[in-house]
Amino acid sequence: MSRPFTPKVLTANDLIEGDAVWLTADETWSRDMADAELLEDEAVAQERLIFSLTQSDVVVGAYLVDAEASPAGPVPVHFRETFRTRGPSNYAHGKQVGA
Amino acid sequence: MYTYNDFDENFVRERVAQFRAQVERRLDRSLTEDEFKPLRLMNGLYLQLHAYMLRVAVPYGTLSSKQMRQLAYLAERWDKGYGHFTTRQNIQYNWPKLKDVPDMLDALADVGMHAIQTSGNTIRNVTADHFAGAAADEIEDPRPVAELLRQWSTDHPEFQFLPRKFKIAVTGSPTDRAVTKAHDIGLRMVRNDAGEPGFEVIVGGGLGRTPMIGKVIRAFLPKADLLPYCEAIVSVYNLLGRRDNKYKARIKITVAENGLEKIQNLVETRFEELKREFNGFDQELLFSIEAQFQPPVFRDAPTAAFEAYRAANPAFRSWSDTNLSDHRAEGYAIVSVSIKKHGATPGDATADQMRVLADLAERYGHDELRISHEQNVILPHVHKSDLPAIYEGLREAELATANIGLVSDIIACPGMDYCALATARSIPIAQEIAERFDELKLEHEIGELKIKISGCINACGHHHVGHIGILGLDRAGVENYQITLGGDGTETATVGERAGPGFAADQIVPAIERLIAAYLDIRNDSDETFLQTYRRVGLAPFKAALYPEKEAQNAA
Ligand code: HEM
Ligand code: SF4
Repeated sequence: MSRPFTPKVLTANDLIEGDAVWLTADETWSRDMADAELLEDEAVAQERLIFSLTQSDVVVGAYLVDAEASPAGPVPVHFRETFRTRGPSNYAHGKQVGA
Repeated sequence: MYTYNDFDENFVRERVAQFRAQVERRLDRSLTEDEFKPLRLMNGLYLQLHAYMLRVAVPYGTLSSKQMRQLAYLAERWDKGYGHFTTRQNIQYNWPKLKDVPDMLDALADVGMHAIQTSGNTIRNVTADHFAGAAADEIEDPRPVAELLRQWSTDHPEFQFLPRKFKIAVTGSPTDRAVTKAHDIGLRMVRNDAGEPGFEVIVGGGLGRTPMIGKVIRAFLPKADLLPYCEAIVSVYNLLGRRDNKYKARIKITVAENGLEKIQNLVETRFEELKREFNGFDQELLFSIEAQFQPPVFRDAPTAAFEAYRAANPAFRSWSDTNLSDHRAEGYAIVSVSIKKHGATPGDATADQMRVLADLAERYGHDELRISHEQNVILPHVHKSDLPAIYEGLREAELATANIGLVSDIIACPGMDYCALATARSIPIAQEIAERFDELKLEHEIGELKIKISGCINACGHHHVGHIGILGLDRAGVENYQITLGGDGTETATVGERAGPGFAADQIVPAIERLIAAYLDIRNDSDETFLQTYRRVGLAPFKAALYPEKEAQNAA
């Protein structure tokens, strides 16, 4: 028995910069997870994953991952994904300082 | 020190040019990621959580000051001003941009360095005792042999697609500072009954998800037979090693599944064949390499200035008590520079710090630096009269922490702050433990204690061989830390025992504190180290300290 579908976002790393990006509803990639399209329908999520296969010249290693709705936009469920929205905890580097 | 000959230079330059073209083809879309990934990995370029990561080999851990300055330059020009020294004597840059990597590799080639075979199922960077050529207890400098192995293994056509990665470590002393028993092949120099130097050959050690201590496959191998013998081991493994399951593909599993005896017979048979083919060219090569590793000319000078400074300056005294080791030359010392300032990231050095280290090595240390597997930097040849100046130079650069071998000299892998495979963070745990024990002012009282932390079961942080090992896991979406006790990475190597259920992130430091309080309580005297106490009394009293509630329940 497969588990019930939980909402997801499609995420990847940028080809040149290597940082985390998320797929938006208009099929562009954003560096801010809040802009991401929250995929609440499994069929749509699969469709987006297939779309990502055509994006190999923009991003690397796309995958679907759990997310939740919030007033500001989708937010992560798992701590690993939270770190991807921020950057490392030992230095103020990465997205937490907008770089 | 070894300098590249024309062949090395051309080879490395050619590889950079090839990679530059590959990056261009990736960026102009003519290569897909599936096509490009193996190519970038062959050149040490990984993709992590927040960015690419470039892993640069520091062969047998040895650097000149010029090379160290170039590492600083790379950090500043193409990264965020620092580099991370790892347990495999590599340096990792955490923030390179894909388009810049070919320039970084060219800049490395300018000083005879590269990132080749720092990834993939090849023979990786050969690591060596970081005190090589300097240690008082050494039989011979193991680095010529390590360089020979490097030349033999680099681009070796038969060994580019092994069943899995393959790691070799060498030590020239019976004392094992290179963790040889946790490598695919470990080479420990010993003497035979006739007093000739040779190697004890250890095979099938490894950490990761199935930690194993290597087994002795040959108790004494004459030095001259080293290359054919290693080639025999790797070629037997290449045929016999499993390719159906990557978790069973390392040679440790091949040895465990087939039995040491069978492997030994196959290796000896293959060795007899290969030995005939080698017909001496490897020995000529070794002699020419050895000529490049001549010890520096040591000077004969008084050390009174050192003694006087020691007597006058308690901070210097404390530093010289913990951070110096015996040198084989009279009046000299080996300096271990701690890259573990309390609260800082283990193994991270800024570009400025790298330059200070380079300057000190050039001025006082015969131009040599080493990277240790414990993520520290070594100045191997320092005359004692120069120690006060070195100490003051280090102090200004925040590099004079007196904690080598103590609680806060922690090995930590990058963990989930950087690594895409991680299940939890390791760096913040290391930072918190170091800060806590600094605050308690207990670490000198506690004495020798090795804490090692990994952010997942791959065990890059060597946690299995830590006296206290910490493994970060993901338990139902929360970081959780499991403790192992009694591990040892030296010639008496042991895999640590799991102490019990894991601890939440905010409970791990108090747990370590309870463990150490228990040790202080039960040790015979201050000469009995944590590991010795553990070996004497076993797990039980430490378990009781870790899980006091359980203990209370049992008593009730
Ligand atoms: C992108 C970062 C890294 C990746 C993807 C990675 C990957 C791995 C994997 C998959 C293993 C397990 C191999 C096996 O059991 O067959 C491993 C082991 C190991 N790695 Fe890493 N690692 C990374 C960073 C590091 C760092 C930073 C260090 C040094 C501090 C390191 C040193 C080691 C060591 C010492 C082992 C265990 C020895 C053994 O191979 O059995 N790795 N690594
Ligand atoms: S042990 Fe795990 S988390 Fe740490 S560097 Fe290795 S693969 Fe990454």
